[in-house]
Amino acid sequence: MTQAQATHLQEVEVTPWREYFSFSTDHKVIGIQYLVASFVFYLIGGVLAELVRTELATPASDFVTRETYNELFTMHATIMIFLWIIPSLTGGFGNFLVPLMIGARDMAFPKLNAIAFWIIPPTSVLLLMSFFVGPASAGWTSYPPLSLITNKAGEAIWILGVILLGTSSIMAGLNFLVTILKMRIPSMGLNDMPLFCWAMLATSALQLIATPVLTGAMVLLGFDLLVGTAFFNPAGGGDPIVYQHMFWFYSHPAVYIMILPAFGLISEILPVHARKPIFGYQAIAYSSIAISFLGLIVWAHHMFTSGTPDWLRMFFMIATMVIAVPTGIKVFSWVATVWGGKLNLCSAMLFGMAFVSMFVVGGLSGVMVASVPFDIHVHDTYFVVAHLHYVLFGGSVFGIYAGLYHWFPKMTGRMLNEFWGKVHFALTFVGFNMCFLPMHVLGLQGMNRRIAEYDPKFATLNLVCTIGSYILAVSTLPFLVNAVWSWLRGPQASGNPWKALTLEWTVPSPPPVENFEVDPVLLIGPYDYGRHCLLPQPVARSAPVTNVEAKTADLSAPRQSEENINQ
Amino acid sequence: MNVPTSILTLIIGIVITLASGWVSQNNGLMPTAAAAEAVEIDRLFTAMIAIATGLFLLVQGALLYSLFAFRRRDGDETDATPVHGNVSLEIVWTAIPAMLVLWLGIYSFDVYQSIDSAGTMGSTHMAHQHGGMETVVAAGEGTPAPSDPVLLATQGNRADGPLAQAIATEVIDPLIVNVDGLQYAWLFTYPDTGIVSGELHLPINRSVTLNITARDVIHAFWVPEFRLKQDAVPGQVNHLNFQPTKEGTYPVICAELCGAYHGAMKTRSIVHSQTDYQAWVDSQLVAHNSSTTAVAQRSDPSPVSVLEQHATAMGLPDHWPDHGHEHSLSTLPPDWLEASSLDPSGS
Ligand SMILES: [Cu+2]
Ligand SMILES: [Cu+2]
Repeated sequence: MTQAQATHLQEVEVTPWREYFSFSTDHKVIGIQYLVASFVFYLIGGVLAELVRTELATPASDFVTRETYNELFTMHATIMIFLWIIPSLTGGFGNFLVPLMIGARDMAFPKLNAIAFWIIPPTSVLLLMSFFVGPASAGWTSYPPLSLITNKAGEAIWILGVILLGTSSIMAGLNFLVTILKMRIPSMGLNDMPLFCWAMLATSALQLIATPVLTGAMVLLGFDLLVGTAFFNPAGGGDPIVYQHMFWFYSHPAVYIMILPAFGLISEILPVHARKPIFGYQAIAYSSIAISFLGLIVWAHHMFTSGTPDWLRMFFMIATMVIAVPTGIKVFSWVATVWGGKLNLCSAMLFGMAFVSMFVVGGLSGVMVASVPFDIHVHDTYFVVAHLHYVLFGGSVFGIYAGLYHWFPKMTGRMLNEFWGKVHFALTFVGFNMCFLPMHVLGLQGMNRRIAEYDPKFATLNLVCTIGSYILAVSTLPFLVNAVWSWLRGPQASGNPWKALTLEWTVPSPPPVENFEVDPVLLIGPYDYGRHCLLPQPVARSAPVTNVEAKTADLSAPRQSEENINQ
Repeated sequence: MNVPTSILTLIIGIVITLASGWVSQNNGLMPTAAAAEAVEIDRLFTAMIAIATGLFLLVQGALLYSLFAFRRRDGDETDATPVHGNVSLEIVWTAIPAMLVLWLGIYSFDVYQSIDSAGTMGSTHMAHQHGGMETVVAAGEGTPAPSDPVLLATQGNRADGPLAQAIATEVIDPLIVNVDGLQYAWLFTYPDTGIVSGELHLPINRSVTLNITARDVIHAFWVPEFRLKQDAVPGQVNHLNFQPTKEGTYPVICAELCGAYHGAMKTRSIVHSQTDYQAWVDSQLVAHNSSTTAVAQRSDPSPVSVLEQHATAMGLPDHWPDHGHEHSLSTLPPDWLEASSLDPSGS
């Protein structure tokens, strides 16, 4: 049995907890450091969101001051983007999974990897400390000239924080690119890679290309703020629109940095729990690359009301709409993967399917806002707030949760409780839709975003949103308790509890420090479910074999798995 | 088994189509349409909602159906029948979205041209200086308006339909309003009369050109009932051209975060009948008679530059779908009809 490997490779070594607070260069430790740290920031960002929603429960500005309100949503977005979604998806899942999935023993640059992570804790402390001096309050977009004249100290800290987090992100991107391209086991060609690795390949390219431009924008903005230059300040002859171009040149691709890895996770999770091969492997793989490329040439769709010239608006409209094609390919392929499967509706699968369902809503509204005439109406309204949360919460966060339920056994060696997992799912799904679905209507009807007070005619729907957000807040409790309790004393997980076929499941849970004793050799593809109709089936031999041997072994089905376990 | 499946597919297809059509017509999501442009945008919105609803029902329906129909039976430890892909199916779901997107792109482009009739929605380096605005930045991205009078004339001749005629008329006489955003108020200046107002008063069925800028930080002018929004950027003048078509009072909202009181930066836009508008102008002139010195410094755009601005508008009748707008010259005041005799197509 594949699980037998677990007992074979010594005793399961549980990483001592101190390891997680050290400058470890083990990609698995770093991955979990990212995941745990970013989840803490998720909770902090969530508290800020609840304060925002509480203010919006009534039309008047009556809960926090207007200044505080602006600080709250600015820091909410900053934390959720830079300290939760990006680090948990790329840093967390990327680090833990990529080397294991490609049969490597670690990332290409383990020290760089550790440095990239350890930039985050001090930076986050710095960002949070800015609450003592009045944090940035010009929105996470930080448009000048407003960002140059409000809460200067907080803004300076914010700029520094974004530069540091961007640097960390560039380091991680470089590391993934080299790891995926250079460290795969010899028997794994690019087209044998799990789709999560394809997604990370596309993501890291974006991190490398787009993030430096953000850093550039931040440096210039910092000069305007602190030294009084006028790169972007119209009072001195600068052009604030140039900042918007630079900012969105990063921040649109940032959306793909936040969603592509989640696409990858879903492409792993659905086949395992549907007991069916992924539908259209190559289409999904290459569409990630297409999205990554197209994502670089659509940024000005955030600027359709910035006095952007007509030809530019048309170009960016068409380019943005074209992204719907590769994205649609993914969605249809996922549906086709599930279709006709034998669905194991565990928490991971429920979140995975809900991801597809929710992301479709965000994708459809995304095509709508790409249309310039319509965007002229809904730009900077709650329609956009709804759209972006369907992509980043209904998409990215549902994807993260699906991933956590799916790989928790691998990461910790313990199983999560399924009952509380389903409670968590139900509360999240209901709370999320109750919170964000009505926002579409609010935006269309004329409620603009980033306001502490609004027209009383929007009161009812806003109250619904606020109640939904409270349900969403409560929904994290079952997960938290479940995760902590299960990690400490949940039932032991076998090496391959889901009978999955990717390489990380061929090693014990949690994996040993060196991952693989010897380089594994692939025997079947990552999604070859239903091939022998016999489970479990051997995925890889852990002893080196010749190509001929691998081929013949491949054909002699069904096999006894002992042969590749006890060398 | 094959025949029932295809009939079932057909029925599902029809149901989804009907549902999408119904939702697109009866959603009531948009507020009143009070401008000609709003009608165009709503038409686009209706089309998009129909497509989106169809795709939504298709995907969610397939997922929901799978959730119940394909759940693993207890004790079944085998895998499902492997299907690795289906090239023709994949071509279909690549080609159909591609075609939809192409169509939507072209349609959006069409609607955009009709709402941005003058082709001036981009920012321009305006000839006239706004009060207190010493540093008008040449953003280098302005749309240079063609000023060839011959082109103007020939294109004007192609004007047909009531709306097109209205446009042809308004080329001579669009109402120009300079809009200033400042923390936290809007200031509307009427260069033709020198009126400065905190509210935007507009006559019905007359084309309006807003020259929008800001004094401190970026704001955005938005009237949901007009469906139009344009940023007010300090150091740059952005434009909006539109034609109010429905009397009433509508909110003017600042849509770009501009500081603590951003949510309170609101005023009203009042669309008057022609007579009421004239009455408002008269009352304002009386009230402002003694205090218009500051306003007078704002130089008006010359008629020539107005013509230039609207030169591209003359080419538009091609793109205006004939939707039977109610505006016709007969609803316009007599003095405005006189102005129409200066139609460049006749010169
Ligand atoms: Cu974008
Ligand atoms: Cu404002």
